[in-house]
Amino acid sequence: MSYEAPETLDAAVGLLAGESGQVKVLAGGTDVLVQIHADMIEPDVIVDIKKIAEMREVTNEDGAWRFGAAVTGKELMDHPGFNAAWPGIMDGVRLLGSVQVRGRATVGGNVCNASPAADSVPPMITAKAVATVVGPNGTREVPVEDIGIAPGKTSLEAGEFVVSFQLPKRPARSGDAYLRFTPRTEMDIAVVGCAVNLALDDAGICTDAIVSLGAVAARALIVDAAAKALIGTTVDDAAMEVLAAAASAAATPIDDKRGTVEFRTEVAGVLAQRAAAIALERAKS
Amino acid sequence: MAKQYVNTTVNGDQMEVLCDPTQTLLDVLRDELDMTGTKEGCGTGDCGACSVMLDDVLVCSCLVLGIEANGKSVETIEGMATGEDLHPLQRKFIDHVALQCGICTPGLLIASKALLEENPDPTEEEIRYWLAGNLCRCTGYHKIIEAVQDAAAEMRGN
Repeated sequence: MSYEAPETLDAAVGLLAGESGQVKVLAGGTDVLVQIHADMIEPDVIVDIKKIAEMREVTNEDGAWRFGAAVTGKELMDHPGFNAAWPGIMDGVRLLGSVQVRGRATVGGNVCNASPAADSVPPMITAKAVATVVGPNGTREVPVEDIGIAPGKTSLEAGEFVVSFQLPKRPARSGDAYLRFTPRTEMDIAVVGCAVNLALDDAGICTDAIVSLGAVAARALIVDAAAKALIGTTVDDAAMEVLAAAASAAATPIDDKRGTVEFRTEVAGVLAQRAAAIALERAKS
Repeated sequence: MAKQYVNTTVNGDQMEVLCDPTQTLLDVLRDELDMTGTKEGCGTGDCGACSVMLDDVLVCSCLVLGIEANGKSVETIEGMATGEDLHPLQRKFIDHVALQCGICTPGLLIASKALLEENPDPTEEEIRYWLAGNLCRCTGYHKIIEAVQDAAAEMRGN
């Protein structure tokens, strides 16, 4: 295995395109190093993208945030402006591993590792985050929900990698939240995760909503019926009942040691209600 | 396989080492630099025994390639005491008997020091959340929490 740390996007694209063996992009390494040492992957070349300046930046252009795919969880947590703008994304980021893991782990890696239980992915989806992807055929924009398509599998083509994530400008009176269920409060993998992002008008009526579930399917889901349950309402108890039923109906989980199908299906509805309640409070404040 | 040259600063001392690209920072510290204070527990970032500071950020050294430390500053348990004078956290871990087998202790001390640099007066809950990435199979954690609180109080001058 050789190690390369290019300082420009062009150099990284060239390295990835020019390599005939197995190549692995290294960001925080909190998944990749574990996979290497477990012999799950045997890359010929590691391309460390952390020295590429634009992949380390967090910028705000007229209310529209963009952050690099190599920005660590800790760097986002230490960014007051980003925390204020996207508290739901930060709910997910704060749940990534431990303090030690968040010192290295990136949202870009969490998205590209393609675990259906990744905590930052549902709130990135509900934020309508779009990934800028580069590769041998140039640059393209990919909605975050279209990157992870199955456990450990992404839609990225050979030689492609995510450079950064663009978030839309937030309307006034909008809020987002992410919750997960885990047996242990820290250092655990979501049994179910749910993110809600919603916007209200001046009268407190929900004008836009998006709901995403994690860990209840082979990839994070967008649940349109759950969003429709909220739109046009004041997010009252009746809307919450419809929301929970829609979220549970959309869940197609597996049975495993972390939770049964029945449990995950019910918890999907409960978490949707609780996340919506938090998003509502944040939209009003 | 070609070894790669790494120039890093460990506990303030510049060190040069040739390392295999697959070696972790933990491997480099223990096997190349003979600094065995940093422990290997799980090797997967779950237990925190290998915690070190990398450019002032708390990390698991098992999840960092040695070559990634090139040009960076590493702080390990070997740099925690000043000569014969133990750091207050080290003294309080002894006073409170916050260790038994000791494998988790270097990582817990490094992680606790990082906490107190960020938050000199943490609550019990804040300490427990911060140390969630450091596993201890002996103490049941309670004595560790007490030791960190006591050290924090001393370091604040109380």
